[in-house]
Amino acid sequence: MKLQGKVHTFGDNVDTDVIIPARYLNIASAEELSTHCMEDIDAQFTKKVKAGDIICAGENFGCGSSREHAPLSIKTCGVTCVVAKSFARIFYRNAINIGLPILECPAAVDEAQAGDVLQVDLDTGSIENVTRGKRYSTAPFPPEIQKIIAAGGLLKTL
Amino acid sequence: MAMTMSQKILAAHAGLDSVRAGQLITADLDVVLGNDITSPVAIREYKKAGAGKVFDPNKICLVMDHFVPNKDIKSAQQCKCCRDFAAAEGVRFFDVGEMGIEHALLPEKGIVTAGDLVIGADSHTCTYGALGAFSTGVGSTDMAYGMAKGKAWFKVPAAIKVELKGSFRPHVSGKDLILHLIGLIGVDGALYRSLEFCGNVAALSIDDRFTVCNMAIEAGAKNGIFPVDDITRDYLKGRSQRAPKAYEADPDAEYERTVEIDLSALKPTVAKPHLPENTVTVDEIGDIKIDQVVIGSCTNGHISDLRAAAEVLKGRKVHKGVRAIVIPATNEIYLEALRLGYVETFIEAGAVVSTPTCGPCLGGYMGILAEGERCVATTNRNFVGRMGHVSSEIYLASPYVAACSAVLGKIGTL
Repeated sequence: MKLQGKVHTFGDNVDTDVIIPARYLNIASAEELSTHCMEDIDAQFTKKVKAGDIICAGENFGCGSSREHAPLSIKTCGVTCVVAKSFARIFYRNAINIGLPILECPAAVDEAQAGDVLQVDLDTGSIENVTRGKRYSTAPFPPEIQKIIAAGGLLKTL
Repeated sequence: MAMTMSQKILAAHAGLDSVRAGQLITADLDVVLGNDITSPVAIREYKKAGAGKVFDPNKICLVMDHFVPNKDIKSAQQCKCCRDFAAAEGVRFFDVGEMGIEHALLPEKGIVTAGDLVIGADSHTCTYGALGAFSTGVGSTDMAYGMAKGKAWFKVPAAIKVELKGSFRPHVSGKDLILHLIGLIGVDGALYRSLEFCGNVAALSIDDRFTVCNMAIEAGAKNGIFPVDDITRDYLKGRSQRAPKAYEADPDAEYERTVEIDLSALKPTVAKPHLPENTVTVDEIGDIKIDQVVIGSCTNGHISDLRAAAEVLKGRKVHKGVRAIVIPATNEIYLEALRLGYVETFIEAGAVVSTPTCGPCLGGYMGILAEGERCVATTNRNFVGRMGHVSSEIYLASPYVAACSAVLGKIGTL
């Protein structure tokens, strides 16, 4: 599957408290949660983000709380993929489990700027920064993880 | 093949003779945990998937602790969702009156024990490593899958060995140790890895070990774990609902790195905003006035934590203008604090004592910070906006430092 979208950039250690603050954790609806996505780190994010957009972030993206509300709000506000230098491990498995594609690629993150158009090929793990004419490759997921992603999430494998 | 303690527990639960770091396995779970924030999402997905009956109601625990007694209608609805599911499925359910902060409650009730494999839809599930269990935080989907199948997928973690030497000086505790370690290796210093504590672990009480393992996640670790010794066995005796099993690391197990820490060299330590790795010793912190102190949470709401605070506050007063909030982690701890006179001490000093709740730690309620306010908290995270307004600040510290700061009106020790 190929994804293409505009880049939104974030720095290192973006924690799940700023992705979706706890004051909204009494909300179970993904649609309602998505209206507060990234609110405490970029109050304008939900106004800027469009369906198909891609997040590029630094090290340890999604650290902190295990709240699945975080990847869920990112996915529901239209972001199709997160490319980061590294992911916190609970966020990493949550994203896989709910079917939000994520890729680790420090070089692509370093050279991407807000507004760039990125193309991601999930089958090969290749990333192209269309705006800058640069290509990058990432290691594909192991087969066990690919099975979960292909099924559309962990619970689809029940 | 030589294995670490964590790897041995994972191998045993996956029905394998051995595992190696990086290997993907599916393993059987002893306990699946959720709270009032993460369980409703798991329950909704569970029902949507048509998963049928849970795999074993005795191995599933729902603990209402984040926003209880309920702070608003939406939180009440979330607890109702959990309550209804628990009644229908017969899973273990801990509601107001019998609850406590999950990571203090499960060990206290003997629901987790040495050698267990535990997942919890809460990042601080790593706390039970203090008992020699492999326990790790997951999300709601993992919880739902775990409730259905009694299994989860794991990437076997590589390990970092933390070799402890010496003993704590007075007023230095497990909190100072874990803050020091996170300051040393960074908030992603143990990313995807297990933190395996060894050496003079006898210098750490079981409460210290809970605090240390609780914050393993703040270094990015998958889990933190202590070997099983007499201190563990004493704690588990008469408490464990199942027979404990002690696993030992092989002498030639592989560690990516070893970090040596001399406990006798540690000083009371504080993590400044907005990351737990921003550590300084309290004597270096300078003149920082505070508006609030929170003593409690899954990290530091144990009886020894309340004792440390009560010893400071006995006969003293909370500084004018500082709001001091004390939160025992479970009802049993609350009752013990009451019997020991700590609650009276806190109230006489001008602090308030809340029923068990995660409350302010995650900015839920019961102590939310206004714009620009500063708090010294014995909690585990000082991220932007964690306890309230985005411009508020949290300084993480031990109960001793927090209580001293409450008296001084600024961060420090007496």
